[in-house]
Amino acid sequence: MVDATFLAVSVLTIGSAIAALEIRSMIYGSIALMITLAGVAGFFLLLDAPFVAMFQISVYVGSIAVLILFTVMLVRRELIFNKIEDPRRRYAGIGLMIITMLGIGTIIIGSGLKTMEVDAPPVDFREIGEDFLTYYSPALVVMALILASAVIGALVLARREDVTTDQRAD
Amino acid sequence: MAIGIYGLAVKRNAIRMLFAIEMIVNAANLNLVAFARFIPNSQGQTLALFSIAIAAAEVAVGLALIIVAYRMYKNIDIADFRSLKG
Repeated sequence: MVDATFLAVSVLTIGSAIAALEIRSMIYGSIALMITLAGVAGFFLLLDAPFVAMFQISVYVGSIAVLILFTVMLVRRELIFNKIEDPRRRYAGIGLMIITMLGIGTIIIGSGLKTMEVDAPPVDFREIGEDFLTYYSPALVVMALILASAVIGALVLARREDVTTDQRAD
Repeated sequence: MAIGIYGLAVKRNAIRMLFAIEMIVNAANLNLVAFARFIPNSQGQTLALFSIAIAAAEVAVGLALIIVAYRMYKNIDIADFRSLKG
């Protein structure tokens, strides 16, 4: 029906997204999350956005998924296994999911967009880089400050207060 | 995005909820880039780049909160995070 590459990437992404939420072991779940994020990067490549795809791979798969994997390894496993959700909550969640899919699907199909073939040339990544440094430079500075403060905040939150390093040697 | 909303509503494990939040943010970014394909300028992709970077900061803070909660409760089931309850 549609392009084979698109179908393959979408099956991979959706399958690993479901697996990331449903697999019992958390480590396999976070590896499935890595595959989901790589699938989304594949979608970006299919959409003629190579800069965003590489950014996604380097930021999401390279740092965020690895951070999640490390955090998962710090939490002890045997506390997590025997949590069974309430079945009514699961049915409500599935109902919410179906409502969301139908709603967004009708909006997109009803908008009249037929194919992804456009005459406009894809955006050159150099143009994105130029825009970043000239037009969006205040936003770039603010983003850097946000990232720095988030890292400092995370370090302060995760600091252990009971382990002190004793500097006095004598 | 629908899978992310399902995960956020159903799962009680705090880290699985973080997985679901990441999926929702990725779905929103994908929508942004997909609809920006029809417009000749680069604004949609630039917004998607900013969004990815801000999501990185949010994941770092969220994981720090989960670690603190794990130390306090020895558990990451969100039904046990009750100390703010009035």
